[in-house]
Amino acid sequence: MKSLMKSAALAVAVSLSATSVFAAESIRLTGSGASFPAPIYLTWFKDFSKKSAGVTVDYQSKGSGAGVQDFLNKTVDFAASDSAMKDEDIAKVAEGVQLLPMTAGEIVLAYNLPGNPKGLKLPRDVYSDIFLGKITKWNDPKIVAANPDLKLSDTPITVVVRADSSGTTAVFTKHLAAINPAFKDALGEGNTVNWPATDKFIKSPKNDGVTATVRQTPGAIGYIEYGFAKLAKVDFAQLQNKAGQYVVPNAESGAEALAAVKMPESLVAWLPDPDGAKSYPITSYTWMIFRKDNGNPAKAKAMREMVEYSLTEGQKIADSMGYIPLPASVVEQVRKASANIQ
Amino acid sequence: MNSPFVVPVNPDSACQPPSTKDFVVDRTFRALARIGVVLVLALVFALVFEVGRKALPGMEKHGFDVLLGSVWDVNQGKYGILPAIWGTLYSAFIALLIAGVFGVSMAIFLTQDFLPAKLAAVFRTIVELLAAIPSVVYGLWGIYVVIPAIRPLTAWLNTELGWIPFFGTSLSGPGLLPAALVLAIMILPTIAAVSQDALTAVPMKTKQAAYGMGTTHWEAILKVMVPSAATGIFGSLVLGLGRALGETMALAMLVGNANNISLSLFAPANTLAALLALNFPEAGPNEIEVLMYAALVLMFITLLVNVAGSMLMLYAQRGTKQ
Repeated sequence: MKSLMKSAALAVAVSLSATSVFAAESIRLTGSGASFPAPIYLTWFKDFSKKSAGVTVDYQSKGSGAGVQDFLNKTVDFAASDSAMKDEDIAKVAEGVQLLPMTAGEIVLAYNLPGNPKGLKLPRDVYSDIFLGKITKWNDPKIVAANPDLKLSDTPITVVVRADSSGTTAVFTKHLAAINPAFKDALGEGNTVNWPATDKFIKSPKNDGVTATVRQTPGAIGYIEYGFAKLAKVDFAQLQNKAGQYVVPNAESGAEALAAVKMPESLVAWLPDPDGAKSYPITSYTWMIFRKDNGNPAKAKAMREMVEYSLTEGQKIADSMGYIPLPASVVEQVRKASANIQ
Repeated sequence: MNSPFVVPVNPDSACQPPSTKDFVVDRTFRALARIGVVLVLALVFALVFEVGRKALPGMEKHGFDVLLGSVWDVNQGKYGILPAIWGTLYSAFIALLIAGVFGVSMAIFLTQDFLPAKLAAVFRTIVELLAAIPSVVYGLWGIYVVIPAIRPLTAWLNTELGWIPFFGTSLSGPGLLPAALVLAIMILPTIAAVSQDALTAVPMKTKQAAYGMGTTHWEAILKVMVPSAATGIFGSLVLGLGRALGETMALAMLVGNANNISLSLFAPANTLAALLALNFPEAGPNEIEVLMYAALVLMFITLLVNVAGSMLMLYAQRGTKQ
């Protein structure tokens, strides 16, 4: 007991002296925003905080919209958003805004069919019509035609969508609106859209809610993030891309999609419907948002270091966590642009 | 503080005036109790005021369209909560029906000498344990256990008795019935515990008198004990309903959150509490106003249900006394 007390006292003394040494340069960065990249961001920030003495990064995953709002209210040092930032919001920031794409992800269509058939293929017009409520049975001639090898019954299709406002929905509906004009007219795109009001459209909260509901409902289909689907081990469909090929979502097909789009000067590139025979159709970048003029050189330096860490060490773990590493050319562009954070 | 009761009395007398200490304790306790009452009232008013203040712009902008509309489309600025109001009331009343029947039966079973007292206490504790389970766990349990369990029965009801509006659609997964069933289990402990207290509070003599009149066990329970405890039992139902109206997370996971108004028990529905919980985190300024409006509506419904319950109770009491 005594030795325990002694070591405890020693630990306190050491930590006290440690804080006094670093007190002068202890920097705390706070960020908030998108929940989709939150798992990988949290891993990056934890590792980065560990490796850089005196710098801690706190990230709160509360949703893209909320993150941008926090950024505008100046309650955070940086924000993260799946839907970049609206021009009107950028105009509100006197210090200037630097958007940096940090990673990318895919959205998959998870399904649950009696007998668990693998490798379901969904043509473009079919999956967009399913989410419009126009195709309602699994043995619809169009689905059967694309999957001659699968036994499909007349099970009704239960569509599971997100009940909460989400960047995932924004990316998904952006894609559907791009490939199907009827979808664009009827539902549009956004963090929440007005899904058809039938008893076969069910809304569940968050990725876990959608996954659980799809799993428990025979005949269900729902959109979730690739990383999440991989972790939860649900079946997901091969989707037909712009070139007419059926593509399995994974890191390679995601990287193909990213390579198909040239990153512009603003570093905001949308891939609502990427070209390329091997590109997975629903792929999107996700951004961190910084102020150009932070009025605090030490903080700005820490943020630049954090970006650098994410671009080098961070990208290495992207694949294993279900994200797509940035293409080398984009990494270079982001690195250059991160010098604007002052 | 000096006691005003300082009067000369014979020190040997058995009756003594309250000492200064008694007096101080009494006054302090009274003051604390008063502060407590005022604070609770102030809190309720502050809550209503704050929600009302934030809801006001939404009420001015949208008026009754919110109450009567059934489309919730943020992108087009259309906000309608009628399906949510319908779903809130429908799910809560079905849950109350189920939990009421089971809760009161359970209370009778545990208090009216059907079991040895020690065993009854064990059962009571087990039922009360249900109240300690977090809402999210109920939600997950609903998804993974309740829905698969009721699926065969609902499929049969839908195909055989589909002409009855209550069974009009097939159950895809989350929907009103699984939500109401889980809700019933969640409010069961409240109803069972309060009803038991009400039944035990009936004086022993009342029951003995009933037996003395020559009643059977069941006659004594149904004609004497339950009517005597009616106020308390009714109170338990009102409490249960209040909890059912406000329950959030389990419902958000089980109700399907679809803006449907349907009599069918198997169709997905929506509730006010789920709507609030799911839309608040990322709501923009315009949406917040309407959500506050919806919160106010929920509070109003709860208040209305409680007042209606109390009125009904008073009316029933008057009826029995005559």
